[in-house]
Amino acid sequence: MSAAAPATSSPARLAAVARRERRDIRLDRLFRTVLTAAGLLVLALLLGAALSMLWGGRETLATFGLDFFFTADWDVGARRFGALVPIYGTLVSATIALLIAVPVSFGIAVFLTELAPGWLRTPVGTAIELLAGIPSIIYGMWGLFVLAPILGQHVYPKINDTLGQLPLIGLLFHGPPLGIGMLTAGLVLAIMVIPFIASVMREVFLTVPSRLKESAYALGSTTWEVVWDVVLPYTRSAVIGGVFLGLGRALGETMAVTFVIGNAYALSAALLEPGSSIASTIANEFAEAVDPLHRSSLLALGFVLFLLTFVVLALARLMLYRLKRKEGL
Amino acid sequence: MRPLAHSRARHLRRRFTNGVALVLSVLATVFGLVFLVWIVWTTFSRGLEALNLDLFTQMTPPPNEAGGLLNAFFGSAVISALAIAIGTPIGIGAGIWLAEYARGSRLGNTVRFVNDILLSAPSIVLGLFIYALVVLPMGHFSAFAGAIALALVALPVIVRTTDEMLQLVPGQMREAALSLGIPQWKVTMQILFRAARPGIVTGILLALARISGETAPLLFTAYNNQFWSTNLMEPMANVPMVIYQYALSPFASWNALAWAGALIVMLFVLTLSLLARAILLRQRMPAND
Repeated sequence: MSAAAPATSSPARLAAVARRERRDIRLDRLFRTVLTAAGLLVLALLLGAALSMLWGGRETLATFGLDFFFTADWDVGARRFGALVPIYGTLVSATIALLIAVPVSFGIAVFLTELAPGWLRTPVGTAIELLAGIPSIIYGMWGLFVLAPILGQHVYPKINDTLGQLPLIGLLFHGPPLGIGMLTAGLVLAIMVIPFIASVMREVFLTVPSRLKESAYALGSTTWEVVWDVVLPYTRSAVIGGVFLGLGRALGETMAVTFVIGNAYALSAALLEPGSSIASTIANEFAEAVDPLHRSSLLALGFVLFLLTFVVLALARLMLYRLKRKEGL
Repeated sequence: MRPLAHSRARHLRRRFTNGVALVLSVLATVFGLVFLVWIVWTTFSRGLEALNLDLFTQMTPPPNEAGGLLNAFFGSAVISALAIAIGTPIGIGAGIWLAEYARGSRLGNTVRFVNDILLSAPSIVLGLFIYALVVLPMGHFSAFAGAIALALVALPVIVRTTDEMLQLVPGQMREAALSLGIPQWKVTMQILFRAARPGIVTGILLALARISGETAPLLFTAYNNQFWSTNLMEPMANVPMVIYQYALSPFASWNALAWAGALIVMLFVLTLSLLARAILLRQRMPAND
């Protein structure tokens, strides 16, 4: 520290500085290696998950081949396994969910970005997002004990008597008014994915430059025209990305669906009939599956679900990134 | 005269369309809020009926007997704590790597993309993965396997918030620190990390909220246990699994316990999410000015 120090202890100090520098370089390298390993672990997890299920399902794929995906027979006792019913149930319940959730989410996003007075935006936005935080098992209990009895007693009989009597689409709305089934599962899923889709839509609507919207307003456009002709075209890819994000959630949602879908293995066009989804089948049967072929079939189902959600979620992210690039972020 | 009448009709039609659309938008919001209130209210009213002190002091009972959820609460606390303890260092490490070392690189972008997919991947798939990775080699279900499965659910949340929060730290701060000759690990851990800490803590809270109610990954990892157990290598009771089992049982006493458990979990999750929001809001306020 003293002014004379450098002159007297110069070699010793230089050595100390060099030692410290070497240590810093060593630590820097170590730090970097550890962090890189953590980063690559994320990549490895995804690959590991996919490969472990494919490996676990190899016996089923070897036994049934491609027929596994196209037969509707799921009989544990007879050791016959076909994935068509769960795959069909997953796709149909997710489709119903999106048919309800997309327009509702769009409405919520429009309300929160264009319509609501400033003081209302944060509380309502927060409330909708809290809906996303409620654990899925609570949705399931509510769906089974509260929603299903109401639907079974009051709503489905009416649907049966009206829509169910029509030619062609009547097939969809015909069935015993149990309250549980494909339509109930779709409805509960819709409620669960609304907050995800709505919050993505709200976020991307907020990225629209206000000078674009103000120009449209200045030309005399109504609020709806600004939303439909300015905001929506500007954010189209990200909006579709948000919808796909919701679809990914709906496809893989497990507990809520397991409670309300009915867990039946008959292929039926009727939405009021009980069915099953990939996730509900795995949740119901995996812990008790002792037969290796049964277990292998469930793992193969898991692999199908993984592939399905991976493709949907990857598309979702790519579309969301596209708007980000346009923004120059 | 005619063009004017024509334009007036068009004007009215446009205003009508606008009105209908806006009313529908308000209705959509009401629709969303109604379900939120309905679900929360159901859980409260049914959960409060079974809520008493026994819930926190008694073990899970046989059907039609009085009891509580003590072993399940304990198990959930242990499994969640272990999951956060495993997921946090790895998640923060990967987040730092993404923000500080791999920014803009192709590998970094791939990892970020994969992490975003894991963020919304079905949790039951992660449960199956851990079953193959941990449960099969061990030969039986265990609390440890459950904790690893939940760590996988928590990990992407922590990675993403750490990455985002570090990216928000201004570049000048990095440059100023590096120009003083401070090694990069020190710059990261002692300067950037400190600036990003509230955000990263928020990420951990959100991850905890996310895993507290997760049931699907525990179905074939931690499984369930009727009794008090402190052995990490054995199946352990946990709240989500007990709720699942009791809710689907035909016994009224078990159903009541399931609702009480659901109420506690919901209150815990909602409190955590609100807390996380409050921290973020407080941190963001000065930055906006």
